[in-house]
Amino acid sequence: MTFEEIKILLTEKFGSDVIVGEETEGRQPALIIKPEAIAEVCLELRDNEKTWFDFLASLSGVDYGVEENIFGVVYHLASIPYKNSLTLKVRKYHDRSREELPAFPTVSEVWKTADWHEREAYDLLGIRFSGHPDLRRILLPDDWEGYPLRKDYKAQEYYHGIKVD
Amino acid sequence: MESTRYQKLISGVEPTEMVLNMGPQHPSTHGVLRLELITDGEIVKEVIPHVGYLHRCFEKHAENLTYQQTIPFVDRLDYLASMNSSHAWVMGVERMLGIDGDIPKRIEYIRVLVSELNRIGSHLIALGTYGIDIGAFTPFLWCFRDREHIMNMLEWASGSRMLYNYIWVGGLFYDLPVGFEERCKEFIDYFKPKMGELNELLTGNEIFISRTANVGVLPLSTAINYGCSGPMLRGSGLKWDLRRVDEYSAYPELEFDIPVGKGEMGSVGDCWDRFKVRIDEIEQSVHIISQCLERLQTDLKRTQEFDPRARLPKKIIPKAQDFYMRAENPKGELGFYFITDGKSEIPKRVKARGPSFCNLSVISEISRGILIADLIAIIGSVDIVLGELDR
Repeated sequence: MTFEEIKILLTEKFGSDVIVGEETEGRQPALIIKPEAIAEVCLELRDNEKTWFDFLASLSGVDYGVEENIFGVVYHLASIPYKNSLTLKVRKYHDRSREELPAFPTVSEVWKTADWHEREAYDLLGIRFSGHPDLRRILLPDDWEGYPLRKDYKAQEYYHGIKVD
Repeated sequence: MESTRYQKLISGVEPTEMVLNMGPQHPSTHGVLRLELITDGEIVKEVIPHVGYLHRCFEKHAENLTYQQTIPFVDRLDYLASMNSSHAWVMGVERMLGIDGDIPKRIEYIRVLVSELNRIGSHLIALGTYGIDIGAFTPFLWCFRDREHIMNMLEWASGSRMLYNYIWVGGLFYDLPVGFEERCKEFIDYFKPKMGELNELLTGNEIFISRTANVGVLPLSTAINYGCSGPMLRGSGLKWDLRRVDEYSAYPELEFDIPVGKGEMGSVGDCWDRFKVRIDEIEQSVHIISQCLERLQTDLKRTQEFDPRARLPKKIIPKAQDFYMRAENPKGELGFYFITDGKSEIPKRVKARGPSFCNLSVISEISRGILIADLIAIIGSVDIVLGELDR
């Protein structure tokens, strides 16, 4: 299925407001999906026999910078039967307040591999995935402060009495 | 806050069960991996992997350095297959710059040649250490003996033994040294019968088969759902190799087969199948290397004028875009996701998708209700490299 056909398929199934934008300039076009709908969209793309995106190649959390204060998640889907790939994105404004993290629905029910990828995004960027069964830090220690891949990150000075530099 | 699956598992341990830490300092975990086991006697009830002991902030480094400066860091991801990793990185940057079509054929063939040599080296470590995990010591020594020749050759070409920094954006560090092709040919002739010996010693060994066949069976649907790739996925019976799917670099012109697990000794997707896929892949890599050498000694011969640095871009500033590059590493699909802003020499965001990371995540799924000794066999068959898992 081409990019345009996938767009039509999704709007027919979920209504016209499910796709909030698209990026077609680059070599790999991407669809920007309404954040609340991402899990259902992924499930549909995985199970629909016209698309069969059965392989989640990568899931990346992104901090789009301190001016915009936008956080996002990028999903790289691959279809093994059709040898096709697709990029999905969700994004959301967040004021970087410490009390509440930016949150998106989890897709770990759709692809089990998303479990660890989402833990990594939570660990390094402080993105929460609602409904995730096991949202703990994965690469950093459990008591690490802050989220290193955020653009405004400042490393803590000491970690258990050890100087961090 | 709601309790996580981990907390539930640990608080649900029965008085008759024991929580056992395997690793991080344990040779059979192939590095600093810690597995928390909930055991009932010899039976493993649950495996909870804890990773991150070797985390070196690769992505943070990559977001503060230029593309060329990051290559040595890329080498340190999967340190057993540095050539393959930097090949993937470099191809990604070249495609973003739009110069991937202008790379001279000789350079592409040299890249494939060194990558495939490195693939053999990586697989030899996987096979040799797997023998040790099972209790066979000799194959390990044999594999390291043969790998030493590869290391020496790559050292000759690049100047270092493991972390090469040889493949550059738009070209190569140096051309192959004079006489490399002949020495490589000699190595291939030496190496071919050695694989037969290894097969006689280990692959068909009855003890080895009884330890690995029907152990850690990974069904294909589970493998796909958990994002497994490389020999893990092919061991479960799927012909999926990005060298063929994406047809990158010089691979479309080269002939090779994609070995898959057939369940010869047990069921499809067991530890023996994954082992056998690696053995067969070495054979295919040897075949690819012979074809590369053939071309590099005939129509792509070295000439006085050939300069592998002729096409290095002076400044690497890709247009503003998102790009995901994937390539087939010895362990599976290595992916790099770049976000660039079109103004700076430094990427805005880089994400590395390591194959070991995804391949390991399936371990708790296929290790429920097995013996502890079988868990060792399963970890070894996944073939993880912690450098790339923890990044």
